[in-house]
Amino acid sequence: MQVNEIEKKEYTPLIVAFCCNWCSYAGADLAGSSRLNYPANVKIIRVPCSCRVNPLFILRAFQRGADGVIMCGCHPGDCHYSTGNYYARRRMTLLFSMLDYLGIERARTRVEWVSAAEGAKFAAVMNEFAETINRLGENRKLRDLRCEK
Amino acid sequence: MREIKELLVQKINELLDNGTVDRVAGWKAGEFCYDAAPAVFTKENIDELLYNGFCGANQSKFLVNAATTENRILALLKPCDTYSYNQLVKEHRVDPSRVYALGIPCTGMVDVNKIKALGITGITGIEEDGENLKIATIYGDASCKKCDVLLERCMVCKGKNHVAGDEMLIPDEEAPETPSCADRMAEVARLEAMTEEERFNFWREQLSKCIRCNACRNACPACTCRTCVFDNAKSGLAAKVNNTDFEENMFHIIRAFHVAGRCTDCGECSRVCPQNIPLHLLNRKFIKDINEFYGEFQAGADTTTKGPLTSFTKEDCEPSIVMERGE
Ligand code: SF4
Ligand code: SF4
Ligand code: FES
Repeated sequence: MQVNEIEKKEYTPLIVAFCCNWCSYAGADLAGSSRLNYPANVKIIRVPCSCRVNPLFILRAFQRGADGVIMCGCHPGDCHYSTGNYYARRRMTLLFSMLDYLGIERARTRVEWVSAAEGAKFAAVMNEFAETINRLGENRKLRDLRCEK
Repeated sequence: MREIKELLVQKINELLDNGTVDRVAGWKAGEFCYDAAPAVFTKENIDELLYNGFCGANQSKFLVNAATTENRILALLKPCDTYSYNQLVKEHRVDPSRVYALGIPCTGMVDVNKIKALGITGITGIEEDGENLKIATIYGDASCKKCDVLLERCMVCKGKNHVAGDEMLIPDEEAPETPSCADRMAEVARLEAMTEEERFNFWREQLSKCIRCNACRNACPACTCRTCVFDNAKSGLAAKVNNTDFEENMFHIIRAFHVAGRCTDCGECSRVCPQNIPLHLLNRKFIKDINEFYGEFQAGADTTTKGPLTSFTKEDCEPSIVMERGE
């Protein structure tokens, strides 16, 4: 066994979280200011609305080395733009189903609705998701080999 | 088919002569009789028009660029082409006032590769013969069962009824029918029943054959963006090399996604793919899911209904439904 392979065993998953500006990002803020712990390897990308999340963003995140991608938005009915998350919900449902159809572990993708008041939910969701991804291990199926240095 | 061709030529001449149209979008033979390719005709070369079992190509997409002049263009639309035509009209990609849509009957288009696979070569012509096809070759006449050689989309024909058209060559009720040879969702269901690993390997094997020629995109009547995301050299999605990475997967997932809810299942992508990748299985998966999650929907059935991805209901299922489905 090579040294770098041994080193590789200490793997920490990379999780990308798309959070809408109005609810979930504020929820993440609240989790922080309430001193609730959530894994440091969750990288938040703030988007104006969950509806802004293009399926390409999700695939791109995986391609560039994410092991799990989660999208968070306002609860259905509470979207700042009224209906954005309803469209996003359909899109993500179909996209996740397609990923599953292509044989990609379906547990690597997730959608959660987190309001600005739900700091505790945000932390709990992220902890739980990180645990799932830890268990699944490294994402190999969606990785772009050319991106590896 | 011969009588239909005669009727068709007669009708076309009538429409050209009375000034309804000044051009015709039809099919022309290529190097070989089975190389039928879309072409635009005028009064001068209309006798080169071909209409036989090799005319699978869907004319509707060409109207995006061709139907822009003052004078109308005649579009010859097979029943399934009318779905694509409706979809293009609905999305304002084709202006119906610049088109004269003539619905023409169809009895199923063949996949010449399937005929060749039966050992029939040197093909010089094709003739209907009920459930069978008579194929003229340089070695003499051959015959085969229609269901063995139809294009994938014709095996699951949408039926003989046109859903659009300014005029019908013959009324739909009197038109001949294509035999139904397969269950449209059977293959999708077979894949769904596989294990995750089997599915991954199946698609890896299929999609890694892709040479990124973009034929599927270019022929697709739903893919009509003037500039496509995959045309952006900076996107990192435009590489041409066939490599072992995720790029072909990404191209195909995104392309299928962009046409989800708009794809009429016209089968052009699978028909034109030089690598014989079963692309319709990606589109049909979306169609199957949309039907299951949001109710039966057929893109292009009319020009007014909102598509499933441009509408919603408050009671829609959550994405977690995908996780809850059994392995
Ligand atoms: S793949 Fe998407 S962006 Fe490209 S032409 Fe088709 S629908 Fe448009
Ligand atoms: S037509 Fe076939 S080979 Fe060409 S880009 Fe599409 S899937 Fe790939
Ligand atoms: S603003 Fe939060 S989902 Fe639309």
